[in-house]
Amino acid sequence: MGADLCHLSIGELGALLREKKVSASEVLEAHLKRVETLDPKVGAFLHVNAEQAMAQARHAQELLDGGRGVTALTGIPVGIKDVIVMDGTPSTAASRILSAFKGTYDATVVRKLHAAGAVCFGKLNMDEFAMGSSTENSSVKKTLNPWDLDCVPGGSSGGSAAAVAAGFCPVSIGSDTGGSIRQPAAFCGVVGLKPTYGRVSRFGVIAFASSLDQLGPFARTVADAAHLLEFMSGFDDLDSTSVDRPVPNYAAAADRGVKGLRLGVPKEYFIDGMDAEVEAAVRGALAELEKQGAKLVEVSLPHTKYAVATYYIVATAEASSNLARYDGVRFGHRAKDPKDIFDLYVRSRGEGFGPEVKRRIMLGTFCLSSGYYDAYYRKAQQLRWLIRQDFLEAFKTCDAIVSPVTPTAAFRFGEKAADPIQMYLSDIFTISCNLAGLPGVSVPCGFTSKSLPVGLQVLARHFAEETLVQVGGAYERATDWHKRRPAL
Amino acid sequence: MEYEAVIGLEVHAQMLTKTKLFCSCSASFGDDPNANTCPICLGFPGVLPKLNRQAVEYAIRTGLALGCRINGKSVFSRKNYFYPDLPKGYQISQYDLPLCSGGNLKARVLGDDGRVAYEKEVRITRIHMEEDAGKSLHEASRDIRSSLIDLNRACTPLMEIVSEPDIRSAREASAYLKELRQVLLYLGVCDGNMEEGSLRCDANVSLRPKGSEKLGTRTETKNVNSFRFLERAIEYEIRRQEMILSTGGTIVQETRLFDANTGETRSMRSKEEAHDYRYFPEPDLLPLVVSEAQISDISARLPELPEAKRQRFISDYSLSDYDAGILSSDKVLASFFEKTAKLCGDAKVAANWIQTEVLCEVKDVETELPKAKVTPETLAALITLIQKGTISGKIAKDVFGDMWTSGKEPEEIVKSKGLVQVSDEGELAKVIDNVIAANAKQVEQYKGGKQSVFGFFVGAVMKATQGKANPAVVNRLLKEKLG
Repeated sequence: MGADLCHLSIGELGALLREKKVSASEVLEAHLKRVETLDPKVGAFLHVNAEQAMAQARHAQELLDGGRGVTALTGIPVGIKDVIVMDGTPSTAASRILSAFKGTYDATVVRKLHAAGAVCFGKLNMDEFAMGSSTENSSVKKTLNPWDLDCVPGGSSGGSAAAVAAGFCPVSIGSDTGGSIRQPAAFCGVVGLKPTYGRVSRFGVIAFASSLDQLGPFARTVADAAHLLEFMSGFDDLDSTSVDRPVPNYAAAADRGVKGLRLGVPKEYFIDGMDAEVEAAVRGALAELEKQGAKLVEVSLPHTKYAVATYYIVATAEASSNLARYDGVRFGHRAKDPKDIFDLYVRSRGEGFGPEVKRRIMLGTFCLSSGYYDAYYRKAQQLRWLIRQDFLEAFKTCDAIVSPVTPTAAFRFGEKAADPIQMYLSDIFTISCNLAGLPGVSVPCGFTSKSLPVGLQVLARHFAEETLVQVGGAYERATDWHKRRPAL
Repeated sequence: MEYEAVIGLEVHAQMLTKTKLFCSCSASFGDDPNANTCPICLGFPGVLPKLNRQAVEYAIRTGLALGCRINGKSVFSRKNYFYPDLPKGYQISQYDLPLCSGGNLKARVLGDDGRVAYEKEVRITRIHMEEDAGKSLHEASRDIRSSLIDLNRACTPLMEIVSEPDIRSAREASAYLKELRQVLLYLGVCDGNMEEGSLRCDANVSLRPKGSEKLGTRTETKNVNSFRFLERAIEYEIRRQEMILSTGGTIVQETRLFDANTGETRSMRSKEEAHDYRYFPEPDLLPLVVSEAQISDISARLPELPEAKRQRFISDYSLSDYDAGILSSDKVLASFFEKTAKLCGDAKVAANWIQTEVLCEVKDVETELPKAKVTPETLAALITLIQKGTISGKIAKDVFGDMWTSGKEPEEIVKSKGLVQVSDEGELAKVIDNVIAANAKQVEQYKGGKQSVFGFFVGAVMKATQGKANPAVVNRLLKEKLG
């Protein structure tokens, strides 16, 4: 049954495993084989730890055989974005400056996945330090969109999205700082969920912008994403910003339906210059939800126009500080024969960081520097509060907000790489959610005439991930976009 | 023109927590380099800080002891700068919203005679918490010049106690630092070890024309690690600035270092090359919130502080201000004194014994006294032996010496060495008769009016009894017999 195993949901795979129709090793081997044969075309993986993964699969099989400690994830292969640290495994955030770094500990989320019996079998490509919207900024290699190899998979979790779309793993983990899960999920036609800030521990996640970063699942179905989220979530003593509140059975919400739900449609999210096919697909999805009994209401998020600027101040300020530890003294790249310590720092960082990372470090350093702090950083924090207030206000009249994920479908390589501002604008609908700390999901809602996937974004109140699953699940049941597979 | 010095101190105190400020590594001193490190204090990719609650309690305790307001909400910030021994490239510190604000400390400033000349009140600006950096070791002795980094100290918890510029002289500065150190030791929040760097001090010094309210340009002398160095550094800096100002020059705002070998301060970096620390709120830590209940709980558990103890020693034990000052100067010493005084029932005598004999033997009260073989119990027993007339005060000093080295009970020493005082008049009369008989010449001198010879007879009796004769009885009998 080999190749067939690579297109199942974790619900289907889990049933086969528990019924002993297939072993955990067979499941892993099928995926390893597919990666081996097809990933050269896609470029999703930076590293596959086959040996460690086989040991994990054997362990999962023991659990399955013993019938004890078996979860929905036992024996399920999971791909991990390279921003997440794994013990004994290269963990480079796709940066040259971390080229020699192997994790010396497991990130909390990895620990939790292992505890659930999942098989974490490889590290996925990304934009360097999660900075980018196309995965063109990886210092290692390009990842291609499985639906059209001339197009980007989106970013920064491009590898995580492409891997699920290409059948390399049923689920994967990415990180979302300004849309880095939802945007590549939309471009690759999979489900991508960004939880509420604080829902999932960030311990072991190589930081980009600490107050915005959040880990989340990629999956082929909303229910799968919900399952994975449940295992990732929860308070972590090692992350002071993680929140101590019960973790619901998210997947159960997928069957609730949307009858009576009020869905807010923000007028600021349907803008001029938006791709007509994308808009049509999203409007179609809204109509379908309405048909199922949801009520559409217009809402306003008046500070949306400041979101991108606010984001690029807050995120770069934090990044400039978070990336200071990569100074050439440790972790990998060090300049040859430095004259003195200053020369060591300057040349190591100059050689080790790519252009986008340097651009952001400089921007962030400037925004925090004395004399500019008040004009930029403090202002941005004030705007951030206003943007959050917009949402809290909107959620007084609706249960969830529905919108496009991106203004266009996946773009071609190089199309926006030369123009950072154009690239930054591709995150215009996803960024506000991070500034406000809200949860959001992207679910497939159609295709363009060039057969590129389009995503529908659903946002909800803080810690209302169940609402995302509810809306996404209802829409998914009525359509079959998520069942389509790219031809590779 | 006459100038007035304006001095403020920034004191860094390493808190006596078992573990570091943001991870569970040991915060102990003197272990093998990098033995006490983990991914968190090494600043590895992906790690996050987790605040040590014990350190928060220690800082609050200190704030309360110094009369500060404890801020219900305080914020950790990042102070960004590159340094090889700063693993994260930033230091987590508190900036615009510190844990404690305001406060004051009364310091006892000594005069030239070593006695307290006057009391000086110094206001405290703030106390904030921060993590320490590591240590760079530069090895020039190898073939290749190399620098080694020890990160044991990285992330250990510090309190920075910042004073207002209320200090006017080097002597006031060291009096303030001494008093502050005492308070920290009393609170048990810092070991006060300046040599090991667990207490260090930056001195901000400026000069202004006497009577002027305006502050002059200041220099900051970094990391002074002894009271003597602090005084010398400030004195040097005052002289240097005075020289510049009186010859019409201007003071450059800069950071300076004190060189203990030359007794001079020298420029480390000027304001122009000063760092722009790019402070901003630490996004990995939530604001620190302490409740009123927590504060009052810590407040209720505050120990008696040196100043209160000194006042109590004066009123409860009728000690002089000077004696009370010395005996309350250290928590261990004060408790040693109080126990001894209570056991022997004579505080004045206990105070004298401790100030003369005990303090003569120990150089470092905090570390040596708790390990001493003489305890308040045995010292009180010794004093009781004098009070009962069993031994003389003079013999007691020898017994004390024996107790200090052997750790034996005083009764045991007195018994085994046969040192019990002879008060028996019949026995002593015999000795005196012998002494008078053997020294006819001196008897003649005494009778001829030479009073000073009396001492000779006392000495001779003492010698004959190996010092055991009760001096009061000997005096009386001698007077009677010599007529």
